[in-house]
Amino acid sequence: MPKLTVNGTEVEVPAGASVLQACEEAGAEVPRFCYHERLSIAGNCRMCLVEMERSPKPVASCAMPAGEGMVIRTDTDLVKKAREGVMEFLLINHPLDCPICDQGGECDLQDQAMAFGHHSSRYDENKRAVEDKYMGPLVNTIMTRCIHCTRCVRFSTEVAGVTDMGLLGRGENAEITTYLEKALDSELSANVIDLCPVGALTSKPYAFVARPWELRKTETIDVMDALGSNIRVDTRGSEVLRVLPRLHEEVNEEWISDKTRYACDGLKRQRLDKPYLRKDGKLQPVSWDDAFAAIAAKMKGLKGAEIAAVAGDTVDVESMFALKGLMTALGSPNLDCRQDGAKLDATTRAGYLFNATIAGIEEADAILIVGANPRWDAAVLNSRIRKRWLTGGLKVGVIGAPVDLTYKYDHLGAGAQTLTELADGKNDFASVLKDAKKPMLILGMGALTREDGAAVLAMARKIAESTGMLVPASKDEEGNEVPAWNGFSVLHTAASRVGGLDIGFLPGNGGADVAGMLDGASKGKIKAVYLLGADEIDTQRLGDAFVIYQGHHGDRGAHRADVILPGAAYTEKDGLYVNTEGRVQMGLRASFPPGEAREDWTIVRALSAHLGATLPYDSLEQLRAALRKSNEVFTEIDIAPKAAWGPFGAEGAMSETGFGTTVENFYMTDPISRASQTMAECTEVFVLPKQDKTGTEG
Amino acid sequence: MSGIDIAENQPESFAFTPENMAKADAIIAKYPEGRQASAVMPLLDLAQRQHDNWIPLAAIDVISEKLTMPRIRVLEVATFYTMYNLKPVGKYFLQACTTTPCWLRGSDQVMKCIKDKLGLDNHQTSEDGMFTLLEVECLGACANAPILQVNDDFYEDANYENTAKLLDALKKGEVPEPGSLSGRNHSEPEAGAQTLMSYRDNEGARTYDAQISAAQSTDANAGDK
Repeated sequence: MPKLTVNGTEVEVPAGASVLQACEEAGAEVPRFCYHERLSIAGNCRMCLVEMERSPKPVASCAMPAGEGMVIRTDTDLVKKAREGVMEFLLINHPLDCPICDQGGECDLQDQAMAFGHHSSRYDENKRAVEDKYMGPLVNTIMTRCIHCTRCVRFSTEVAGVTDMGLLGRGENAEITTYLEKALDSELSANVIDLCPVGALTSKPYAFVARPWELRKTETIDVMDALGSNIRVDTRGSEVLRVLPRLHEEVNEEWISDKTRYACDGLKRQRLDKPYLRKDGKLQPVSWDDAFAAIAAKMKGLKGAEIAAVAGDTVDVESMFALKGLMTALGSPNLDCRQDGAKLDATTRAGYLFNATIAGIEEADAILIVGANPRWDAAVLNSRIRKRWLTGGLKVGVIGAPVDLTYKYDHLGAGAQTLTELADGKNDFASVLKDAKKPMLILGMGALTREDGAAVLAMARKIAESTGMLVPASKDEEGNEVPAWNGFSVLHTAASRVGGLDIGFLPGNGGADVAGMLDGASKGKIKAVYLLGADEIDTQRLGDAFVIYQGHHGDRGAHRADVILPGAAYTEKDGLYVNTEGRVQMGLRASFPPGEAREDWTIVRALSAHLGATLPYDSLEQLRAALRKSNEVFTEIDIAPKAAWGPFGAEGAMSETGFGTTVENFYMTDPISRASQTMAECTEVFVLPKQDKTGTEG
Repeated sequence: MSGIDIAENQPESFAFTPENMAKADAIIAKYPEGRQASAVMPLLDLAQRQHDNWIPLAAIDVISEKLTMPRIRVLEVATFYTMYNLKPVGKYFLQACTTTPCWLRGSDQVMKCIKDKLGLDNHQTSEDGMFTLLEVECLGACANAPILQVNDDFYEDANYENTAKLLDALKKGEVPEPGSLSGRNHSEPEAGAQTLMSYRDNEGARTYDAQISAAQSTDANAGDK
């Protein structure tokens, strides 16, 4: 713990910290371009120069380790002059095109030139010009603006794990590019836009759309995967213009996936903005009252067992809770929130949570991935595993499809057979798990969305128990508390899944699950189906059932519907979401739903009055109070809970088929991303070329 | 003129010859396990020597695979150093130094001569494919400035006339002895040796090699006492 003096203030920093970090600790602002907390140190922009006692020259503080007794000054004339000099050099080849640059208003170079630069340039030669590069459908390049900080190169190599970017040439001819101008093939590629301190890498879909000061910023939660990434939604009027990451060390650090960032243009297309009713085989716009009346007329006289409800993957907890209340009041036990048919078991909360927590990945020393492709299931979480892997000493084993995960792993096998071997200790990886201090098992939906899912779940529990993944809390030699470790981690793919399981949006006594409902509907036993944003089921099998679709996009569910109740997308409503860790997070409304569409829980509440089963809450607060009463996990926001271990799963025979992956196309997993043009372009560039030709293409 | 000059017409494939493969393996073996990437520069050189003095992208692929390093990292190295050519060059690759000492001693005249005789500007290759000119920074032989490097050899003390003679000879397919074009002995003063005259015979030829070693052994003996 070296102690040093910065501008006369003594600070103590952890060993290995840099002088720059010490300066920040002491409250001295140090400008920088190439330095970034989460990337390796490059030391090539020279903007962070500070004066160090007994050093003949100013030192680059980002690359200078803090040492005992150093005396640093950041407020001297020398430092001021050095910064002005560096800034003048940086601006020599930087174009003065701020008025037409997308970065304008949120540009590090602009801000720091104002704060630390010289008032004018003495350079009157020609500036250099650099050809723009192609980096795919998301990243726009204006390479003349590049100042060669290499943050993008370091990000793509270190965090994203794709080694396509580099700095070619040298000196005045240096250029950032991808190898042979290939598109940057990473699910996290667009984070380089946030990292770029100038306007060299900007957002292609957002090019020339808005200025940062025109935007209203709302801090909310993402629903594109089960991670619950913290995001900021920027809107102008009712239009969502862009999505940016928000810092949350325990969830997404400061990254988000490309789908989270760019699916938002899907919010403008194929929206359901008024209620529809199927008359003479055609959907026709009607008023809310007519739609409700039509539902009430159909539902009248139906028995509880003849009604069913399915909750979709991006639904907030409140609307599921309201719908569950309505179904219970109507006497229906047919509820399910597991559209994909995952054999998740809600009896023990630890049985469906990512118990190790996302931040906990950094402590793990052995990870067994079963039936998941974390790179596509939860791209940001995968970068966490890579981050842990880069620090060394991590062993990863995969059972399932062998895909490129951006880190090395042992491919143990394809299916349940290998799982059984592991449980019996017959596989070498079993001893790796046993020897590990904090072993982890990541169980993906590929292993659970099968007929034998419950047996796989039970087998995974057996492995967790037999390889010591459940470490009770203890005290170390010095008497410090060592918290308990639970390495059993279910990786969900749907943002609403854990919330649905928490409120028990599951088949009641004698109730049917999704498969049962589809069977029942095609056989005529179930006569009315309520789809709450549920589009990922086989709507062909709904038979002659009366289908009520409540949602925001004209997707599969709406096409089959008899009544459409237009709801709000995730940016248009306040709502709670529970991420795969069991962390309850609150999303806020960034804009209003289009047309006559309403927030989802209010639709269910209004319908309940028409059906004579009025729900006992009139405001979101009252609903949330009821929610908290029903399950105490909702009393605390943003806490990754420690769930108690217990029995779950059902032992049984497992088929020999290999575990598949549930996400077939990372860029299109829900109605919003399917409606997005940007995601369609990504699919064309990144996904289709890799898929085997089907023979049906042109 | 961008410094990143990659040929548009690339050969489809590249493979090290068996002899070069053995050399490459010997080079890689010099570095500890896990540090094979250190061999990237000698391997690039090997590929360039094998492939008419330029490195095709196919060779970048071969080297990156051999060293298990990303292609872009190999390409970064190859574009960073001017010694690696990423597009075809003439039979005689002329590298004229124009850094301060050479420039003060008249490198402009060397460049002018090349322009007059061959019509070449920097980065250009003559139409017959015989010559390529590259203006380079210090070649590290300033005592004999100006320097004109032809492939691997240094031609020193260049001026307009002797450069013209050199180029004529090269055109005819003769390769003159490398070294000083003005006939001076190594880096001795132009007017001949001025110092250490006692180590020379009457004609001025060196005799000092033997004398120096004799003197050194005497010194060593003196040290013993």
